[in-house]
Amino acid sequence: MTMSSSAPAHYRPYHPKWYRQRVSVWWWLEKPVYALFVLRELTSVAVAFFALMLLALIRAVAAGPEAYARFQAKLQSPLFLVLDGIALALVLFHTVTWFNVAPKALVVRIGGRRVPDALVAGAHYAAWLGLSGVVAYVLLRG
Amino acid sequence: MPETVKLEVTRYRPEQEDEPSFATYEVPFRKDWVVLDALNYIKDRLDGTLSFRWSCRMGVCGSCGMRVDGEPKLTCATFLADYLPGPIRVEPLEHFPIVRDLVVDLSDFLRKLTKVKPWIVREHEKPVEEGEYLQTPEQLDAYKPLSMCINCMLCYSACPIYGLEQSFIGPAAIALAQRYSRDSRDQGAAERLKLLQQTDGIWQCTFVGECSAVCPKNVDPAGAIQQYKLEAATQWFLSLLPRGGR
Repeated sequence: MTMSSSAPAHYRPYHPKWYRQRVSVWWWLEKPVYALFVLRELTSVAVAFFALMLLALIRAVAAGPEAYARFQAKLQSPLFLVLDGIALALVLFHTVTWFNVAPKALVVRIGGRRVPDALVAGAHYAAWLGLSGVVAYVLLRG
Repeated sequence: MPETVKLEVTRYRPEQEDEPSFATYEVPFRKDWVVLDALNYIKDRLDGTLSFRWSCRMGVCGSCGMRVDGEPKLTCATFLADYLPGPIRVEPLEHFPIVRDLVVDLSDFLRKLTKVKPWIVREHEKPVEEGEYLQTPEQLDAYKPLSMCINCMLCYSACPIYGLEQSFIGPAAIALAQRYSRDSRDQGAAERLKLLQQTDGIWQCTFVGECSAVCPKNVDPAGAIQQYKLEAATQWFLSLLPRGGR
């Protein structure tokens, strides 16, 4: 990280005159892992965006068929298609990165043995697939 | 294989200058030499004024942590051969005040470490006549990986949160809190969790994960912190239930 000058102090023998390194505002560009971390944090904006869209959808459904049709038409506009596309990519990144680190937080012991990390992450993916299947079934059965 | 390799080493002489600079030294290249060997060669043969900490030379004492080409490393376990052709940049650990050259001040960590009570806390000590506190191999396994920490501070150097928020208790101190809280002989877990739930504790961590990536002892402080968060959150949810979920 860049080094900048700290307040110059007079040196007295046997008394430390520390040099304090300041963290640059661009610290997250210094290592690819830091940049990925910041990106992962930013993806929560996309998660919030989808949550707001869902709330708007519920409101449109509650307001009757016409409002719902208007809402659907709006969603088909190029602006929303592009926004949704970007948000979907970010949410997928969010999900995958968090699922992959989940075993760090979730230590499951069965019969005194730690369940392997791959299995804990795998259970998350399985639950995701299962729930997506249920949603797909509900939406597509009619 | 080259005959020599260049090292760019941070120099900071507080009696002479206000800011650190780099000095370049050329040392013989040997394939079995680590960065610490090269620093000792400089100190012995080229410039006796260079200051750095070291002791055991075998990854046990945790004194020789520095940044090698930007990455926090134990210099006793970092081979010159992996950084050819050089020059190899050797800098003090990040996020700590520099005292001189490669020596940083660790007082902040030591203060925080004491706060988490890294020792076995007992409500009542059992009389000596009753013998030792026994432990099964499974009970030992519950905390053993965390007890490998050598306080080398590479995790603090890798943690951007600690760099930005110096009040953060930090990876090693939290991992060591967890080490004692998981010990079957210890009774201080609730006290430590109470301290770590405060503003400067576990919730400051945003799970960058680099602390675990740089740890030379595979302690996994990032995991320890996330497990603490899960425990704290679970306790909070349970406390919302009637009779505290019991």
